[in-house]
Amino acid sequence: MATRTKGDLRPVLTAGGVRRSFGAALVLDGVDLNIAPGEVVALLGGSGSGKSTLLRILAGLDPDATGAVRRPPHQAVVFQEHRLLPWKRVIDNVSLGLSGPDVRARARAALAEVGLPDRDTAWPAELSGGQAQRVAVARALVREPELLLLDEPFGALDALTRLRMQQLFSRLRELHGFAALLVTHDVDEALLLADRTLVLEGGRLVEDAPVPLAHPRTPDDPAFGTLRRHLLGRLGVVA
Amino acid sequence: MTAAPRTAAPAAVRATPADPATAAPGLAARPRHGRRTLRIVSPIVLVAAWEAAARTGLLPPEKLPAPSEVLSTGWRLAAEGTLAVHLLDSLQRAAIGLALGGGLALLLGAVAGLLRLGDDLVDPPVQMARMLPHLGLVPLLIIWVGIGEELKITLVALGAFFPIYFNTYAGIRDIDERLVEAARTCGLGQLARLRHVVLPGALPSLLLGLRLAIGAAWLSLVVGEQVNAQTGIGFLMMEAREFAQTDVVLLGLLVYALLGLLSDLLLRLAERRTLSWRRGLKAT
Repeated sequence: MATRTKGDLRPVLTAGGVRRSFGAALVLDGVDLNIAPGEVVALLGGSGSGKSTLLRILAGLDPDATGAVRRPPHQAVVFQEHRLLPWKRVIDNVSLGLSGPDVRARARAALAEVGLPDRDTAWPAELSGGQAQRVAVARALVREPELLLLDEPFGALDALTRLRMQQLFSRLRELHGFAALLVTHDVDEALLLADRTLVLEGGRLVEDAPVPLAHPRTPDDPAFGTLRRHLLGRLGVVA
Repeated sequence: MTAAPRTAAPAAVRATPADPATAAPGLAARPRHGRRTLRIVSPIVLVAAWEAAARTGLLPPEKLPAPSEVLSTGWRLAAEGTLAVHLLDSLQRAAIGLALGGGLALLLGAVAGLLRLGDDLVDPPVQMARMLPHLGLVPLLIIWVGIGEELKITLVALGAFFPIYFNTYAGIRDIDERLVEAARTCGLGQLARLRHVVLPGALPSLLLGLRLAIGAAWLSLVVGEQVNAQTGIGFLMMEAREFAQTDVVLLGLLVYALLGLLSDLLLRLAERRTLSWRRGLKAT
């Protein structure tokens, strides 16, 4: 899993004029989006704003959407639920769909990276929620993606596990340099992890702003608080 | 439509009532083997009472011979080789009928479960045919296929078809769409998704269907072998009735019961081996 060189400024993902309606309801009304190599973009929006719909379209899971999407050759998705196949052991879930002589070794390496080096023969049902989500991250990571799509990946976890997963994400990102689109409703999570935040409202991206905070970030930084208040205001919450 | 067969849940997921951990606090004091012993008391008492009643002449032997007599008749027929001949013929009919009916059911169930067009074309007629009691078709089947081997095999095939069709269909439909999606994001094509997601996901349901089908197959055989058969356990029983050999009739019933028990046991074993991932589910 070599770190991909940055330098290349061609976006890893380009989406233009993405539209999607469910019956009469127009959920996405022309979304344009570029993600640069190695960039972490957080996509914020209220419940039902269509952020998961957009992620599914970008993942290529929605054949009924219109618009142009250019995807990188390797991308991977982490969903809110782990979505591991219950009838496959952890290692076989991680290496699902991969081929080659060293698949098992690569899957083991990915499991070690997410901190589960010795659970390779466990069944998914034997894992805790946090462990299962780590396996889902390993399953994405082993594909060496240029772009990782994450749909509220830590939303179903308890607060402590969520903090650990956020740290794990930062570490892996540092190591592998993948770009990521992180769909979340958690403003703090967005400000901790992202280089740029997008706000989706009424089917359009109504805000696209960089996060000018140095790493490592902490929520008790005054600049963090200012950004936080601003974003919450944008999402209709008076802080 | 699947609610009824589903209640016959595999034993693997059913909690053992005798398990002290799950038993009510008042029952927990009684040791596990103690309860198990208690549960075999009444069958033994019943058989002993039957034996005693037959020996003392309370039960006329032409109505109900003693269990020991049924067993010795079984031993005699087995030693002669007669039992094996009839048993093998019955087994062969069951196997051919199951393979034909089950195979067709698997195919049609998969077509209806996987393809929308298949669902629209295949499912309605099958749903309608399900309403016919297949054993009631015997007169019609005699007109269509005669009274030979074809009749027995057709009956078994018909009996096996419906449970396997419905459980294949339901098993495929019940698969979590989100898992299929996740497999797609992992780069799995249609065939790979069938192999890694659909087939293992539908397997518990398929095995349940097979179990019900085998039960239906034995039942069909009981009826089918009483129509102009020259061999088979059913024939053995019909012939014995003509000569008032009640012990042989009872022996036939015993053999049918043992066949059902044995096939159930084998399938449970297969279930335990192929569905071992469910043990993890139980552990949590």
